[in-house]
Amino acid sequence: MTDPIIKTEALSFSYEAYESHSGELVLRGLDLSIAQGDFVALLGHNGSGKSTLAKHMNAILLPTGGAVWVDGMQTADEDLLLDIRRTVGMVFQNPDNQIVYNVVEEDVAFAPENLGVPSEEIRARVDEALRQVGLYEYRKHAPHLLSGGQKQRLAIAGILAMRPRCLVLDEPTAMLDPIGRGEVLQTVTQLNQTAGVTVVLITHHMDEAALANRLIVMSKGQIALDGPPRAVFQHVEQLRALGLAVPETVALLWELRQSGYDVPLDAISTEECAAVIARLFANQSG
Amino acid sequence: MAIKDITLGQYFPGDTFIHRLDPRIKIIFVILFIIALFLCQNVLTYAILAAILVAEILISKVGFKAVLRGMRPILLVVAITAVLNLFYTKGEGEPLLTLWKLEIYAEGVRSACYILVRIAMLIACTFLLTYTTSPMLLTDGIESLLSPLKKLKAPVHELAMMMAIALRFIPTLIEETDKIMSAQKARGAEFDTGSLLQKAKALIPLLIPLFVSSFRRANELAIAMECRCYHGGEGRTKMRQFRLRAADISVLLFGLVMVVGIGTLGHFGF
Repeated sequence: MTDPIIKTEALSFSYEAYESHSGELVLRGLDLSIAQGDFVALLGHNGSGKSTLAKHMNAILLPTGGAVWVDGMQTADEDLLLDIRRTVGMVFQNPDNQIVYNVVEEDVAFAPENLGVPSEEIRARVDEALRQVGLYEYRKHAPHLLSGGQKQRLAIAGILAMRPRCLVLDEPTAMLDPIGRGEVLQTVTQLNQTAGVTVVLITHHMDEAALANRLIVMSKGQIALDGPPRAVFQHVEQLRALGLAVPETVALLWELRQSGYDVPLDAISTEECAAVIARLFANQSG
Repeated sequence: MAIKDITLGQYFPGDTFIHRLDPRIKIIFVILFIIALFLCQNVLTYAILAAILVAEILISKVGFKAVLRGMRPILLVVAITAVLNLFYTKGEGEPLLTLWKLEIYAEGVRSACYILVRIAMLIACTFLLTYTTSPMLLTDGIESLLSPLKKLKAPVHELAMMMAIALRFIPTLIEETDKIMSAQKARGAEFDTGSLLQKAKALIPLLIPLFVSSFRRANELAIAMECRCYHGGEGRTKMRQFRLRAADISVLLFGLVMVVGIGTLGHFGF
């Protein structure tokens, strides 16, 4: 077992502390450890602290209590700032506000240029990153002419050019249409599976959360539920109490179970769910 | 008509000799051309420069129409300058024409013509630069040319970065303006009726949301840039490196010869 890529210990944070008030804690004593190569989804109602937690993962915010380590480097150590940020890349909600230059390939080159990478290697990294997100043919385009999904993939490429080992995505699909959402999710899953990049995906959508290997549900600055999606979605009542919906398949099975049928709750995909219901009908008639 | 249709940056993509030149050389050449213009003293020197300009326009395949179109907004200023020159130049001998207290001399007519040609050529030449150089290259070129000033602690990199970001966000903000305009029109706002004052007032519900969202954008962009390890110009490398080719050096030499030649011709008064 290798060391975790991200580790927090008794992490607490309050925005007010930045202005030397003693305000309400957004994160309350959070212990979390994310393994290398994992695909983690982070769920939570608005104000549950999930974006704040994400911003701690590459030292955009620093803990007011406890500590965060990225690949063994403590984020409070200012000398390690660039190393931390090149290890954990971050993608945000609005793709427009993450693109710096008005030519696609120039924009992807922005991060390696900042890191002082020699120009021939920047070229190689840019081409590789653009191929990874499927935008190589668009390298000479102006970003504002791309679709929402393409822009968000460009933002991902801009991070990939740093060759990060972990990618944190803060609701990357919230502003996209269904097609763009599909493109972005496919890119992210592929990066995790083929390139072995650790992914932390913050989302509102249950079907996106279901893609992950591990699902963490946050509430009031603490971890409420943690486990594989199938296990977490079993807690239908608890999730609803936290203001979260469960996937429609699980909701349907749960209703059936409430009406006295003996069905499992862990059939997340539509196919699995259909199979369970078909079996139910077969048993009824037989 | 959508606001989006306005062309900005005025770049005409192409792959001609002039398009391929090093942007730094193009900027220097434009400066040399302007110096030469101010050294002009007589018809011959003007004619030589005009010929060079025409050749440039032909090689760049931008077209005379585009160059003339670019001049339209500045026409009034040019006209006023020429007219002032017409009246303010006092010559020897009899005035050609006397209108009340205003006298027009032959020298005045000549000087007005010269100033007209001079400004027109100056504008055409700078427009040609922006027509044939992409804004990114232009920014990079300016940064590279000004980089010696970094030693004097001038914020050259910061200025270039600001220019690049401004260029990047112009289309985004135009799109947003369009959206806000539609949203306000749907609520009954009118932007193109009423007196000038009413029109100006109608812009308030357009500008305030635009400003608010721009500040939000700026904040988000700053965080995104930090995430991509931006820490100022120090230790930064560039993907695209300028390398002078033979063509660039010959253009530079040609520019120098042009200035010296025009200066000499003007001085000896051919």
